[in-house]
Amino acid sequence: MTAVNGTNSVEVRGLTRAFGDKTVLDGLDITIRAGEFVALLGQSGCGKSTLLRILAGLDSETEGEVEVPRRRSVAFQSPRLMPWLRVWHNVVLGLPGGDRALAGRYLAEVGIEEYAGAWPRTLSGGQAQRVSLARALVHEPELLLLDEPFGALDALTRGKAQRLVADLWQRHGCSILLVTHDVEEALLLADRVLVMDDGRIAYEAEVGLDRPRDLGSPDFVALRGELLRRLGVDDASALSHHREEVTT
Amino acid sequence: MPSPHSSVSGASPPPRTSAPPPPGAAKDPTPPVKPAAARTSRPTAPRARPRLRVPRGVRRASGPVGLLLLWFLAAATGVLPETVLASPVDVVRRGADLIGTGELPQAIAASGRRAALGFLIGAAVALTLSLTAGLFRLGEDVIDASMGMFRAIPWVGLIPLFIVWFGIDETPKIALVALGVTYPLYFNIYGGIRSADAQLIEAGRMVGLGRIGLIRYVILPSALPGALVGLRYALSTAWLALVFAEQVNADAGIGYLMSNAQQYFQTDVIVLCLAVYAVLGLLCDFAVRLLSRRLLDWRASFDGEGA
Repeated sequence: MTAVNGTNSVEVRGLTRAFGDKTVLDGLDITIRAGEFVALLGQSGCGKSTLLRILAGLDSETEGEVEVPRRRSVAFQSPRLMPWLRVWHNVVLGLPGGDRALAGRYLAEVGIEEYAGAWPRTLSGGQAQRVSLARALVHEPELLLLDEPFGALDALTRGKAQRLVADLWQRHGCSILLVTHDVEEALLLADRVLVMDDGRIAYEAEVGLDRPRDLGSPDFVALRGELLRRLGVDDASALSHHREEVTT
Repeated sequence: MPSPHSSVSGASPPPRTSAPPPPGAAKDPTPPVKPAAARTSRPTAPRARPRLRVPRGVRRASGPVGLLLLWFLAAATGVLPETVLASPVDVVRRGADLIGTGELPQAIAASGRRAALGFLIGAAVALTLSLTAGLFRLGEDVIDASMGMFRAIPWVGLIPLFIVWFGIDETPKIALVALGVTYPLYFNIYGGIRSADAQLIEAGRMVGLGRIGLIRYVILPSALPGALVGLRYALSTAWLALVFAEQVNADAGIGYLMSNAQQYFQTDVIVLCLAVYAVLGLLCDFAVRLLSRRLLDWRASFDGEGA
């Protein structure tokens, strides 16, 4: 794993990862440009999270070429805060010279600076996920890896968290790889959406829509239909159900 | 002393909250109205109840107090001869005497010294072994299997061997306490280290913690609750080990007082010594509970377990 220079943030060539007999990633290629927001869709067990872990450096038993920036952070599906450290300490944990003031600045950015001195167990799911984002951002990463960070949140909280991520991305200008199984989330946030299947990128779509995006616009609906089809959810009833939801 | 205290404070609220349903369900045809009324006029509702129900703390205390009373009456009426069991009054009087002559404080000091020394040695050994076994694969392979094997040996049974090795003065007593302390501490700390959440370790690696950082900020804090449970076991084991150890040729300490008393059939002294052991054990337990509350205040589950 080496650092990349130039315009690309991530370059992966022929990446293969097998667990025993099961090949999860099979000669996968992926490129993420510097500052690009990429969403990775795929059904459960398709290897999305495996890819993210490899990019994070948490899994190195792989074949193929992986080039990623040196400064990268992860926000996991569960916040994974140390319950015995106060919120501010969680944010700057592992950061040389990190102190409460620095943690406070990043907590303010995610909108929960008043919880700096609290214990993680006192936070709600959405608040804890914000702390997790602050902890990822405090390292000022060139690549931010998000592993279904909103999956466990209720719909209202998820909407707020998505807008927050969009803001943070605009402000920090880092590349983001968002792993999700939510097509609308991918289309709301990303520049480009990848669909993973059989251990490879099976389909990719540039999302050329202006931000903030409108779930009801014809282009959005068309893109969503195409992505759902690529994900294998091409059941006509499922699609018409989605269309109804949008039009009403 | 602390345990009745905690049961009083911890137990009195439940009857108040759990009491309303049965009478309400049994007598009241309109339960939806009644609870709301009871909630707004709190003072009247609880006042009516004590006539029917004795507070739980009083009920709980009635057992021990009744037994004490029974003991006192049996001794006073002569049903219980002094050679079998002295009256509680005698025990208290004897306690005052022995404190006055300085014998009891001296004995407590001698026993306390043994317990403390043995505990410190045992804790140091347990800490070293559990950290080595918990943090290094090689340490685990070498140490953990051996500890499992030694645990199968009842440690009290080692007294004869310890006498052969260390003689009959202080050393075998301290060694026995140390041995009794080592096991519960070792297994609880080792288990705690091994139960550290792999997801948190991963998160720690991700934010750039090295090996030392992971141990300091992730692994040791995960082991702390288990270690404190182990500490409680270890302290009670330390006093137990001391009781056994002091039966062996003691020339000072609580056990010495007891074996002397045995020769002269002074049952009051024996009971007094047992009570002293109990109080010392409870004091240690209380201290660990206070310590736990300070160290584990990040843990929600600990709030219900106040000292």
